[in-house]
Formats: sequence, C-alpha cells, structure tokens
Amino acid sequence: MADIISLHDAVKQFVSDGDTVALEGFTHLIPTAAGHEIIRQGKKDLTLVRMTPDLVYDQLIGAGCARKLIFSWGGNPGVGSLHRLRDAVEKQWPQPLEIEEHSHADLANAYVAGASGLPFAVLRAYAGSDLPKVNPLIKTVTCPFTGEVLAAVPAVRPDVTVIHAQKADRKGNVLLWGILGVQKEAALAAKRCIVTVEEIVDDLQAPMNACVLPTWALSAVCHVPGGAHPSYAHGYTERDNVFYQAWDPIARDRETFTAWINEYIHGTANFSEFQAKLARALEAK
Amino acid sequence: MTYSTNEMMTVAAARRLKNGSVCFVGIGLPSKAANLARLTSSPDVVLIYESGPIGAKPNVLPLSIGDGELAETADTVVSTSEIFRYWLQGGRVDVGFLGAAQVDRFGNINTTVVGDYHQPKVRLPGAGGAPEIAGSAKSVLIILKQSARSFVDKLDFITSVGHGEGGDSRKRLGLPGAGPVGIITDLCTMEPEAQTNEFVVTALHPGVTREQVIAATGWAIRFADNVQQTAAPTDVELTALRDLEARTALAHGQAPGEA
Repeated sequence: MADIISLHDAVKQFVSDGDTVALEGFTHLIPTAAGHEIIRQGKKDLTLVRMTPDLVYDQLIGAGCARKLIFSWGGNPGVGSLHRLRDAVEKQWPQPLEIEEHSHADLANAYVAGASGLPFAVLRAYAGSDLPKVNPLIKTVTCPFTGEVLAAVPAVRPDVTVIHAQKADRKGNVLLWGILGVQKEAALAAKRCIVTVEEIVDDLQAPMNACVLPTWALSAVCHVPGGAHPSYAHGYTERDNVFYQAWDPIARDRETFTAWINEYIHGTANFSEFQAKLARALEAK
Repeated sequence: MTYSTNEMMTVAAARRLKNGSVCFVGIGLPSKAANLARLTSSPDVVLIYESGPIGAKPNVLPLSIGDGELAETADTVVSTSEIFRYWLQGGRVDVGFLGAAQVDRFGNINTTVVGDYHQPKVRLPGAGGAPEIAGSAKSVLIILKQSARSFVDKLDFITSVGHGEGGDSRKRLGLPGAGPVGIITDLCTMEPEAQTNEFVVTALHPGVTREQVIAATGWAIRFADNVQQTAAPTDVELTALRDLEARTALAHGQAPGEA
C-alpha cells in the first residue's frame, strides 16, 4: 500500500545516497517537484536513468546529485542543449559524470524487461551503429530458433522510480492518461515508486483498460499540484514554454545556475513556495 | 507566389510522402513536412510519433515530441515501449522521416558527438529513436539544411545507419528496411545511386546551381545523369504551409517558422 505523505517525507524515506533513480516522463508529466526535493535534501552519488533527460536532470546534475547518467536523448526539447549536462561531460563540473548511452528503443525495452523481472531485453537494434562501441553493455544474443543475431541490453531496475500523474484516490491508486511514455514500465521495474499527483479524489472514475497503477504496487503518493512544471499535465496544466526558453541562459553559466539553485531550490521549503517565488519573479518583470 | 529556400525544402519533402503510408515522424523539420503532406497531397497519411500517438492530426505543429496536441488528435495513444516494439519493430512503418545534425554520402546519420566521443568538441542530444527507425522502417527520408558542415566526408560517429559503407552493406548487416531513399535539402534532392548506394543529386530546386551544391557538400558530390528541376511550390502548398506556421506561432506565441 502506498502511503499518502508529503513529498519531503517520501524523498527522505525512499531515496538514499547512491541509489539508481529514474524520474520518468516523455515531455509530459515530468516529476520536476520531486527532482527539486532531491536537490533540496542534498542526495548524492545518484545514478540517474531517463530516456529523455531534460531540465530537471540538468538541475540535478549541476547541483552535484549525480555520479552517472543512463539515457538515450538529452536536450532541452524545442530549445537546445542541456548546458549543465554538457559541462559535466565535457569539463567534469561540478564533478565527473559517467554516461551510459542507449537508444530509445533499447531503454524502452530495458524498462519492459525490468518490469517483467527479466535480466535483459532483446531487440532488433544497433546493427551498423557506433553506439555499441562506446557502450560495452550493448551486446548481442543469437536467437536459438532462427539464428538471427539480436541486440541484448541489461534490464533497467531502478531502486526508485518517480513519476507524476493526474489523479490518485484516497487509498493511493493512481490514474494517468495522455502521453504515457514509459512511466508504467518504469514504475513497475523499480523496487520503490513515488508518484506525485495533481489531485486526490474520492473515486478515480477510471475507464476500463485505463492506465491505473494500484496502490499496492507503489510506495508513496504525494499531492503536488503543478508538480510537472514546466512540462504539462494533460487536462490540468499547460507546458510553460517560456520557462524552457528561460532555462537556457540560466544554465549556460555556472554562476547564474548556482545562484538560481540557491534562490529557487535551497531558498524554498517546498514546491508550493518555489511556485510562489517563481510567480513573484515573473510579476516583477 | 515567391518563396524561401526553407519553404522549398519542406514542400519537396512533403511531396515524397505517399497518401496512405504509415510514417514515423521525427520532431522539427520532419514533423513540419509530414504535416504539410497530410494537409495537401496526402490526407490519409498516418503519422506516428515516438512518444505514443498513432494517427496524429495536429492542428498546430508540436513544440516537443510529446505535446498534448498530438495525443488529442491521434487515433490512439500507446506507450513508448509499444511504439517501438509492436509498431516499428513489428514492421508496420512504411517511412521513417528523420532529421540529422550530420549526414554522409551513404545516408548514415550522426546525432551524438562532433569530435571524439570521450572528448567531444560538441556534445549533441544523442540517438533518441533514430537508430531503430533507420533500421526497421521500410524506407527512410532525411531532411536537413545543406552545408559543408552538415554534409561531411566522414562522420565522427555513426548514430543511425543508412547504407553503411555503401553497396550491399545494409543487407550484410541484416537490417530489415531498405534504408534512406531520399535526402531533401534547401538546395536539392539526393537519392542513392543503383549498386553503390551513394547519394547523388537527382533534382535541383529552382534557381540553384551545381556549384552551390558542390560548395555546400563536404564530399565530392556527384550528379545523376538526368538531373531534374524540382517543381516550384504551388500556391496551394505555400498557403497550407504558411497557414500551418501562422497557426503554430499563434498557439505557441512565437515567430512563424520557429517551430
């Protein structure tokens, strides 16, 4: 059963230094508030997993929370580079960052394998690509029935997965819809799973076959409206494209980045304080 | 109507998408061209985005690969793992429509690094869905602006394979799809030559000279025996493209052509 608790308590209880952590979201329902809380609590030496690391991973990396990144596409979607990721890879700031690079199909299959309790995933991939030359974990396996040589990649089994969703009920059953990415697979591949939600309701009123994660498969549910900012939560909030664009100059420079983290993350007690501070700064402009 | 070289590129790429074909769409230029095709010559083209929408019919161009507009206008939305497993690897995609940072004479694509992988000069976003789209789609179209920096003699990194080392390279690699069948740029269209599978210029856009194409290509580009001239964009094509860009700009609050 998932406990319905504060995000502070969930991160404190379920995320430890050195953990492998996946904060998943495919440009939708990105668990930004949880990323902020991980930074606020000063978690260290994390191995971060995500198909599409974006702003919140740039923040975690720049804030010194990560020692390794497992990913398949890293960028500020629709804007450009992740400058903190690049600085860590190219100049080891604020600390060296090991990278383990895959393709989307690979990581998507690796999450499925993780959720399925399998040690590895098999897929038709990478023939002719240089990626296996730089990632020794991409191997091959020969089909015992046809002899076809296929790619084999290790399952992703995070210690903790964090996702954002639209609704939970009071028992902690969670409903999400729209672009689902690999959130369900990531949730079920993990040993522990934290879900932040827009709303807690008496009855999910989930249509049959909807994507519902039952409370007994989760560790904690936290009520964090707007917690996917600057991405969107379908039916609740819109993508804040201005913030995606504003992030580029903030992250470009170590000093402006550090000042931003100190002001907006360490300088706030929780996500609602962060939102209020951001809104005040916007009004002042 | 007068038109820009970028508009010519988008229109030429859109014309390549057959009505009724199933197209796996990359974000940016491919998404713009694929939607222009849907709004003009190919109303029944099926657009699949890697975030999960199948049969997306966005009224405005998406800012990101997972915009809500794609989900709301799709026939169905599935998980990303299902997109790659059942729909792409399952062999149901006719055309993979890709962009690139760099491409070589065999249509191999680099979106990973410029320079050494471990000491990169420029770290690019990485593979995304492209390696398996390039491998498993029945055919591939590539769209990008042409310059000697993007059309290079030798890629620093092959992220997604085209025709490999040329000739029957793809077959030897055991790749199911036919690989890239066209590269559409702001100057010309290139297609793989029979036997060698090296890309050669098969059509020049109106007003473009061979010298311009040679100067904007990092290898000794060759020309097909019968180089065609691309038909200029029609008023219908241009109007549809400009309306799409205007709607997009209005929705996202940005200048037309930025998306």
